[in-house]
Amino acid sequence: MNLDFSPVWSGWPALMHGTLVTIEITVCALLLGCVMGLVVGIGRLDPSRRIRYAICSVYVSLIRGTPLLVQLFILFFGLPHFGLLLPAFVCGVLGLGLYSGAYVSEIVRGAIQSVDRGQMEAARSIGMSRGEAMRSIILPQAFVRMIPPLGNEFIALIKNSALVSLLTIHDVMHEGQKIISVSYRSLEVYLAIALIYLVLTGLTTWALRRIETRLRAGGMVQ
Amino acid sequence: MTETTGKPVIAIRGLGKRFGDNVVLAGIDLDVQPSQVVVVIGPSGSGKSTFLRCCNGLETAETGRVQILGRTLVDEGRMLVERDLNALRQEVGMVFQSFNLFPHLSVLENVSIGPRKLKKLPAAEARDRAMALLDKVGLAQKASAMPASLSGGQKQRVAIARSLAMQPKVMLFDEPTSALDPELVGEVLQVMKLLASEGMTMLVVTHEMAFAREVADTVVVMDGGAIIEAGPPAEIFTNPTQPRTRAFLQAVLAG
Repeated sequence: MNLDFSPVWSGWPALMHGTLVTIEITVCALLLGCVMGLVVGIGRLDPSRRIRYAICSVYVSLIRGTPLLVQLFILFFGLPHFGLLLPAFVCGVLGLGLYSGAYVSEIVRGAIQSVDRGQMEAARSIGMSRGEAMRSIILPQAFVRMIPPLGNEFIALIKNSALVSLLTIHDVMHEGQKIISVSYRSLEVYLAIALIYLVLTGLTTWALRRIETRLRAGGMVQ
Repeated sequence: MTETTGKPVIAIRGLGKRFGDNVVLAGIDLDVQPSQVVVVIGPSGSGKSTFLRCCNGLETAETGRVQILGRTLVDEGRMLVERDLNALRQEVGMVFQSFNLFPHLSVLENVSIGPRKLKKLPAAEARDRAMALLDKVGLAQKASAMPASLSGGQKQRVAIARSLAMQPKVMLFDEPTSALDPELVGEVLQVMKLLASEGMTMLVVTHEMAFAREVADTVVVMDGGAIIEAGPPAEIFTNPTQPRTRAFLQAVLAG
């Protein structure tokens, strides 16, 4: 078997353009996922606030209990039936972001609950409201503990973003498949795509590790 | 403090609480007068800490009433509304057994965050106030240190300064020296004695009998969720009327 990478080289600009789209969509989904995760994670802290807790729990079980691909297809092919025709890019960001948010929410909740109960009590005892204590005392401590599991989640998100190629979004996967459809060099192109994802996830890992080291050095973690 | 002269700072009537079938507080009555130091002693599990935590709303008493500075904190299980509760807590300092310093903030920030965020003091003013208090507890030189680098005794002194920064009218101490190595207990008690001598109203749960004897105006003995005996330390320590008090004191003082 001989490998021929020439279609990869000739299609390189398209692949790079697709990589940019992958990065764009991942970063947007990431921001949405973090916002959703924070809101839902905090929403699931206190089961005695029943309605809030129930809404957040239903969201998490729906998202975690169904395949991401099905969720993306519902957004892209299903919503138009209700007259809601969203651009593919928006569907991709929405689908990935909502999906990621469910997992981030569990990370947020776990990290907040891992902060010693005495911290909240001490903050309340000097007169802070629950919200102020959360913002000034609990979340800064929880945030540091979120970084390693969030790193895993971000990496999963980068890889999951390949699915949006099925929504006609011209991400790196989509561009690669276009190259394959004219060159029939699937192994070479998929190898190249795999390598591009590996670089993206590797850079993410490296960046997160640096952030964590810096926070530890700053005394944020005991 | 003059506004409350003559009226008790803390007035507790018929305080009761249970966890399931377990009665933790069985009808407690207690008044703490301005500038008075009341020390609560008793065997572990007697409800001392729960009682103290009811005095700033960290626990909710189900029956009875707690009034602080003339305001009703809790009445038959109904807690003060959140906003008023937060305001009242600024006037009731609390020191915990496990210090509970904020580990992500420097010593100075631990003390200044309350005045800055809650009293809306300008940063410079909050820092000055925090520095003065750190100086008072003998830790001005540690202002920029992180809590993790402090000894237990130092952490507790910072925690006291953090409470004082809100300029409370009364201080609650929940076994402030129980988590400390023996050689570090003295430095914390010394700060507490200083506060007492300045006229701070204090309600202290402790196992430090020497401190109780020396500093307390009133010693309260709790057992089984109730106050079984209360009086001046001289009386309680030399001539307790209750057999349970005698048994407890014997066990503690022998150990």
